[in-house]
Amino acid sequence: MKITVKLFASFRAGRFDIETREYPLGTSVADVADSLHLPQSELGIMMINHRHVKLERLLEEGDTLALFPLLGGG
Amino acid sequence: MDKIARIDMGAAGGPKVTVGGLGEYAGLGGRAMTSLVVAAEVHPLAHALGAENKLVISPGMLSGTTGSMTGRLSVGCKSPLTGTIKESNAGGQAAQVLARLGYAAVILEGKPSGDDLYKIVINKDGIQVIVDNSLKLMDNYPLVAKLRQEYGDKVAYMTIGSAGERKMLSASIACTDPELRPTRHCGRGGVGAVMGAKMVKAIILDDAGMKMRPAKDLEKFRDANRKFVEGLRKHPVTGEGLPAFGTNVLTNVLNEAGGYPTNNFKTGQFEGGSKISGEAQAELEIKRGGSATHGCHRGCVIQCSGIFNDKDGNYVTKQPEYETVWSHGGHCGISNLDTIAKLDYMDDNIGVDTIEMGVTIGIAMDAGLAEFGDDAAAIRLLEEVEKGTPLGRILGSGAAITGKVYGVERVPVVKDQALPAYDPRAVQGIGVTYATTTQGADHTAGYAIATNILKVGGDVDPLKTEGQIELSRNLQIATAAIDSTGMCLFIAFAILDQPETFQALLDMLGSFYGIEMTGDDVVALGKKVLSAERDFNTRAGFTKHHDRLPRFFYNEPIAPHNQTFLMKDEELDEVFNW
Repeated sequence: MKITVKLFASFRAGRFDIETREYPLGTSVADVADSLHLPQSELGIMMINHRHVKLERLLEEGDTLALFPLLGGG
Repeated sequence: MDKIARIDMGAAGGPKVTVGGLGEYAGLGGRAMTSLVVAAEVHPLAHALGAENKLVISPGMLSGTTGSMTGRLSVGCKSPLTGTIKESNAGGQAAQVLARLGYAAVILEGKPSGDDLYKIVINKDGIQVIVDNSLKLMDNYPLVAKLRQEYGDKVAYMTIGSAGERKMLSASIACTDPELRPTRHCGRGGVGAVMGAKMVKAIILDDAGMKMRPAKDLEKFRDANRKFVEGLRKHPVTGEGLPAFGTNVLTNVLNEAGGYPTNNFKTGQFEGGSKISGEAQAELEIKRGGSATHGCHRGCVIQCSGIFNDKDGNYVTKQPEYETVWSHGGHCGISNLDTIAKLDYMDDNIGVDTIEMGVTIGIAMDAGLAEFGDDAAAIRLLEEVEKGTPLGRILGSGAAITGKVYGVERVPVVKDQALPAYDPRAVQGIGVTYATTTQGADHTAGYAIATNILKVGGDVDPLKTEGQIELSRNLQIATAAIDSTGMCLFIAFAILDQPETFQALLDMLGSFYGIEMTGDDVVALGKKVLSAERDFNTRAGFTKHHDRLPRFFYNEPIAPHNQTFLMKDEELDEVFNW
């Protein structure tokens, strides 16, 4: 299935900003992070289609997954 | 910090300085000092620009020490913008210098009857109040440049630009950074107008001959500070994200979460968001020979600021903050960082709050004075403020007044103060804070974004109502306490997640004052501050009906979540029921 993956802040270094990628059915957020060599301990904010999700959440065809490290500001 | 200076600007025969002990205000600093003084001494029905109002300037409890992150200065008064009590704080060098000079507070009282403009010089020998009409209607950058010729580079300056002299309700008080740029502002609530009403143009703080404030238990303080700094460096937010990308790293986060108010709160996502994101901003700053990492005061280890240069490498302004990039950017449909940087410079120079000003320009666009996304028009509108034209006076009076003058229905204000950069329909928790804080809409008063969106210090669903009241209550209490210590609020990201870093903060306070300090003491301090502020507001005529968001947040769902603000009035009324 096709998944649009968006990376932000330090996660972009050596990777990409946005890419549409192919993943098998049953892929979780954790699987995508592993495929990009993003350590789970560094994952801060994870969103699918603008809603926060957890690592074990399974993706569906056409989803947009956004991954951020822990961030703050304001 | 064993004395309080009172300067009666309206005394017969000219301003009169009285320096006394701390009395009932002993042990207080920052917001605790400003709010307790205002609540006790200012008539709640006073006109904010009248002689009865007081402008209380106070460094935090740990300012002027060797403690890291202790450079926040609080300024308090009755706000001309909101009519409520106001505490507006800023970084820069002023707090450290004022604390080392020994003042727990400098209080400007009364109001002169003539047209003379004053500057106040505070140094080891005392306080002088001097007439200087040559400074009239100068804006902050040229003003500080002129003052530097007289007072040099080893001092800190607090100044107002033309907006403060014109008593505009969005007027700020600028504090200089370590390089003497007037870039760190007590922005919110029109505190600059109160300083202007008292005819004080500049305060020059010179700590030559003074020493760092010593802790009661030097060794324990040093040890606690070391652990505190380690904790800040270790946490990903304070140790990596903020130094590398600054506060504007939030643009992409809020845009992705659908909580980025766009074109005056019409939708929750901005197409041009990535162009003005913290990632894009940091890259541009570095490419142009500026910097994406800079501290607003000496002793800061987070270094969330930066330097923004133009394409030729010339300084434009400090790194615009997330809220500024939003208010002048997405809120107005503008996606050009150079335009936003210019507007940020103009705000700092004229001396206006970047949130209030940007939101106001967006409302002017909604009213048809300009098109959303028209960069040149935004600059033109701000030039009206700079010139003090009739239109500029209206815009300089902020979002609520501009909305009324032009008949705009969608005006995002609470208690007449403009909402910052997070839509309360997509982030319910921050809506609770906007509605109920004593300050008028203010994100910093109880930063529910941390738990709702960033997942720091816990995890509360931003689209649901569950847990939001308790969250906002606890954050408002903690914030009132942190704002009293002189600590930058960004330490909260680390102390919320790391108990040992919170303990180090308690140990810093305890060892400095020679007392035992527990988490309960911090909570008690926060509640004491909030209670005093709430009491003032009640006496000033504010009721629970003012603790609400504008109706459009309840009636107009926002994309992409197609949701309204869902918190019930009865729930909001429970925030201060502790």
